[in-house]
Amino acid sequence: MANRAFSVSRLPGFTVTALAVFAILYLPILTLVAYSFNASQSVAVWGGLTLDWYGKAWANDHVKDATLRSLTIAVSASLISTTVATLAALGTTRRKPFKGQTFIYVMINQPLMVPEIVTAVALLIFFASIKIATGYQGLGYLILAHSAFCVPFAYLPIRARLEGMDFSLETAAADLYASPWQTFRHVTLPLLGPGIIAGSMLAFVISLDDVVITEFVKSGGQDTLPTYMLGQMRRQLTPEINAVSSMLLALTVALLTAFFLLTRKKTN
Amino acid sequence: MPNDAIEARNISKIFGQGEAAVRALDNVSVSISQGEFFTLLGPSGCGKTTLLRMIAGFESPTSGQILLDGADVTELPPNKRPVNTVFQSYALFPHLTVAQNVAFGLQMLGKPRAEVAETTDRMLALVKLDQMAGRKTSQLSGGQQQRVALARALAPAPRVLLLDEPLSALDLKLRKEMQIELKRLQHETGITFIFVTHDQEEALTMSDRIAVMSAGKIQQIGAPRDIYTRPVNRFVAGFIGETNFLAAEAANGRVTLKGGGPTDATVESGRSGAVTVAIRPEQVRIGAPGEGSLPATLRDLVYFGTDTHCYLTLADGSEVVVRLQSPASGDVGLEPGAEVGLSFAPGAAQVLGD
Repeated sequence: MANRAFSVSRLPGFTVTALAVFAILYLPILTLVAYSFNASQSVAVWGGLTLDWYGKAWANDHVKDATLRSLTIAVSASLISTTVATLAALGTTRRKPFKGQTFIYVMINQPLMVPEIVTAVALLIFFASIKIATGYQGLGYLILAHSAFCVPFAYLPIRARLEGMDFSLETAAADLYASPWQTFRHVTLPLLGPGIIAGSMLAFVISLDDVVITEFVKSGGQDTLPTYMLGQMRRQLTPEINAVSSMLLALTVALLTAFFLLTRKKTN
Repeated sequence: MPNDAIEARNISKIFGQGEAAVRALDNVSVSISQGEFFTLLGPSGCGKTTLLRMIAGFESPTSGQILLDGADVTELPPNKRPVNTVFQSYALFPHLTVAQNVAFGLQMLGKPRAEVAETTDRMLALVKLDQMAGRKTSQLSGGQQQRVALARALAPAPRVLLLDEPLSALDLKLRKEMQIELKRLQHETGITFIFVTHDQEEALTMSDRIAVMSAGKIQQIGAPRDIYTRPVNRFVAGFIGETNFLAAEAANGRVTLKGGGPTDATVESGRSGAVTVAIRPEQVRIGAPGEGSLPATLRDLVYFGTDTHCYLTLADGSEVVVRLQSPASGDVGLEPGAEVGLSFAPGAAQVLGD
């Protein structure tokens, strides 16, 4: 080929570096999945193939209980955070540029900037006072906490979609006798759909995976799947944890693939 | 005047505040008659699009009024004005089919289902897209998208149709076709068209009347012929077509060119001193030098097919362009370096205002 343009792939060591990066990224995960099929009781010694650990995990009431709680929280948090994020994205893009716009972006994306452990401690103290005042001990605290830190993850894809949308479409709708509400209902919302679904999926995955804030906020008996796993690791390490991790991994990969397909399809 | 479809009264628009303030429109007044094809012509930034957006209701004037059929609509939002727009970007709804796009306005007006379907079909036939009703707009060519945008804006039968540089995205051949198409649609529907463009040829060929705009002001309003043959000032003369500007002296109602030679141009008897005479390149004759002609030196000749353009220099160094119709042989019989005398077609020289 006559193409002599600069290409990183022709630099020395490119292939080795690339392979090393992928090995570091994926080897630990592959090991985890492989050992979830390990017949040996030990995590370190290979004893042949088995599906026992999946069966055990499936039959474990603690795992079932924690999974159900995780899903309840993730679904609620993703619904709440996506609704808030959609309104925030409309509020920051569907209007004339205003002073302090960047400041508002930073404010909305606070959970991305404040260290999670700081938020966790703050929520622990804040919720403790509410618990004393009201006596309420339910899942509400976890749902609210998750909703809050999921907002930026839902907000970013929705805002990106709105910014990519031609403003003149809404102008055209208004020109064609649509009231502001009709414009939103018939033009903005249908076009925003993929962004909203993508945002809610990302929020769902982020909530499903959270340990730090959940660990601090949860009351007794409110283990989610990740905090249950953390608790198990402290006691005894069995390949059952590998099996649970592998299932969680499969669910997350499936959701993120759907997210990728949704955001990609509409851009070209 | 009861026949005015649209009237703008003393419209001013100031964008921004303080030192950054920009006066986009400066006390603009214009009346547009029912059924007229009216063009706002000017360079970018002259305020033509701002005026159009104000008629549509997307901008509100800083001062002044917009009247539609005599009623003040200045404060009405766009969705309450019986005015529709064809956007420069077309702004077709990408999630709807061609037919759904065309039906949108009628549905928002709450028309009965049967009427919506019937009108949509009629509009699609009008722009010759009946075969494309079920397509997504992204599957159409630029020219077809343009037709959908037209059909969509015409479907609710607006009192006035606003067109914001609708042809600028099309290639030359398609643009010519659409110019004819637009004229046909205007005749068939009888709707008042207000057309915004920066293309002077488009404005000349399509319009009943043209308003030439510059720096937020209307410089001249008139029929294409008047604007071209009787420009009121240097801006209009220079923006529409090509023009030679010649320095001259006015006294007692008569005008004398600085370089000598005759003109039949006249001025009001009160005006005297230095004036500018404008003359179109095709209205200048080239003859032998001598008494009663303006002496010039031929510098260059460029053959354009139908025309031959001659570039000449006057004694004071100023330049003059002359367009001669090419003869059958293609050779106008002149050589660069020739000393010639220029004369003007009767009535062609115009004294410009200040």
